[in-house]
Amino acid sequence: MAAPDLTKTDPGIGADAADKHAEEDLAGLEAGLDALESYERERKPFSRVLLEKVLPPVIAILLVLAVWQIAYSMEVKPRYALPSPQDVWDAFMVQWKKGTVFDILWTSLSRGILGFLIAVAIGTPLGLIVARVSWIRAAIGPILSGLQSLPSVAWVPPAVIWFGLNNSAIYAVVLLGAVPSIANGLVAGIDQIPPLYLRAGRVLGARGLNSVWHVMLPASLPGYVAGLKQGWAFSWRSLMAAELIAAGPELGSGLGQLMDQGRDLGDMPMMLTAVFMILIVGIGIEMLVFTPVERLVLRQRGLATSK
Amino acid sequence: MTQTISEATPTATTPVETGFAVRLDQVTKVFGRGRGTPVLDGIDLTVAPGEFVCLLGASGCGKSTLLNLIADLDRPTSGTIEVSGDRPALMFQDHALFPWLTAGKNIELALKLRGVPRDRRRAEADELLELVRLGGAHKKRVHELSGGMRQRVALARALAQAGDLLLMDEPFAALDAITRDVLHDELTRIWAETGRSVVFVTHNVREAVRLAQRVVLMSSRPGRIAREWTIDIPQPRRIESTGVSELSVEITDQLRGEIRRHGRA
Repeated sequence: MAAPDLTKTDPGIGADAADKHAEEDLAGLEAGLDALESYERERKPFSRVLLEKVLPPVIAILLVLAVWQIAYSMEVKPRYALPSPQDVWDAFMVQWKKGTVFDILWTSLSRGILGFLIAVAIGTPLGLIVARVSWIRAAIGPILSGLQSLPSVAWVPPAVIWFGLNNSAIYAVVLLGAVPSIANGLVAGIDQIPPLYLRAGRVLGARGLNSVWHVMLPASLPGYVAGLKQGWAFSWRSLMAAELIAAGPELGSGLGQLMDQGRDLGDMPMMLTAVFMILIVGIGIEMLVFTPVERLVLRQRGLATSK
Repeated sequence: MTQTISEATPTATTPVETGFAVRLDQVTKVFGRGRGTPVLDGIDLTVAPGEFVCLLGASGCGKSTLLNLIADLDRPTSGTIEVSGDRPALMFQDHALFPWLTAGKNIELALKLRGVPRDRRRAEADELLELVRLGGAHKKRVHELSGGMRQRVALARALAQAGDLLLMDEPFAALDAITRDVLHDELTRIWAETGRSVVFVTHNVREAVRLAQRVVLMSSRPGRIAREWTIDIPQPRRIESTGVSELSVEITDQLRGEIRRHGRA
């Protein structure tokens, strides 16, 4: 009884072993191919990053200050019109010692941020609808692009008449400036989605809202983030225009009002202080918020060039 | 997951006579408003469960269109298509993996859309990656993988779908010859292990003979089924073997004949 069993199983074991051998062969071959075609990207050392990314802008700023100082010394413009960098710094320190700098900054910044967030809440669904519903796109697509090129300062006088000299007027101007960029950014992002992703999504069973959430929105993210970045720039710009033109007791004092006050007093260092603070906030938000987000999005997709 | 794989193994080698994975009856497709030459004209094709069929043809024979119709990405102008079971999976020439997700998350998304509960997805995705021999690649981004690895992740994602039918639209056409050869071996192994039915579109005659149990040659404009070959060479075959070469010569001659007709017309 035992002998036939053995002869039956023997060839089976042999075949299994051969199979297993071929299997391991293929696995090894594949591991070799994978290893040949993958490579690790090395990280740049910190000192090189410092040298390549930090040094150039610092040199540029120093150059601008030097040219400014020379222009001041040569009196290219009268002293009251072109103060020295030192004068502007002193004017800033006067504000600083009064303890009003943070109040002024916060008044403007909180308006800018709140306005931007409302613009995101309106611009995002608007962009989605314009991108996906063809007759709505035909109807309001051109208007959205047109609004984007309209300087939002133009909205200040009508907004003041509609809403009065208060925050509502300011937010209206900010929204009219930022909503079109955010919506247009999303539309551009959705337009650039490779059709293959949408087809692949359909094959996987993503339809309707599932398709929007799992495929369309993440696929359009690079364009959307670019739109958000531009939307912030437009919010900030519109806000400054509105603050500068619409001054009133209800509006408190932001950076625009500081500038306006400087103009009333003929105080050039004060005006330049306001200009620099506006610039620094704009650059700061972009560098601290938008640039990292944009780089993260691009790097995840392997789109970031290793600059 | 492992269980379903091992349970299905027997059907892979011996296709069941009864039933079908997909059945096409007089399928015709005309683009535009129904005028002009049909892209596909009266296609009758039945693929048995667990069967591996290659659709072969020159450009313009409508083989990709046929896959789109079976995948329900487009509708036939007339005729019927019956797919048994769930929505078929479709692999493209381009991997079509989502670059905003990791390799593992791409597979998990397929599982999620199929309705697999959250706590089981990670484990199932890892098993599928293991199946295509990319066990450690769960956290890899798509751009970090080589072309061959991407297609294997795409295969794993396709296998994550519930459907028994796997449609492949020239999935290895963009790969280098060495990688393609290895992936042929892999696909044969995985097909045997999972027991899926496969409809594989290609214009590469040797590839078709290397992989398929049945090769279906299509003519162009209009796309019709010109001839069929059943291939008995045992798997795993080698693309360089005499058996594969001899049959490839025969099929290539037929294919050239089909192409020549267009020059005369």
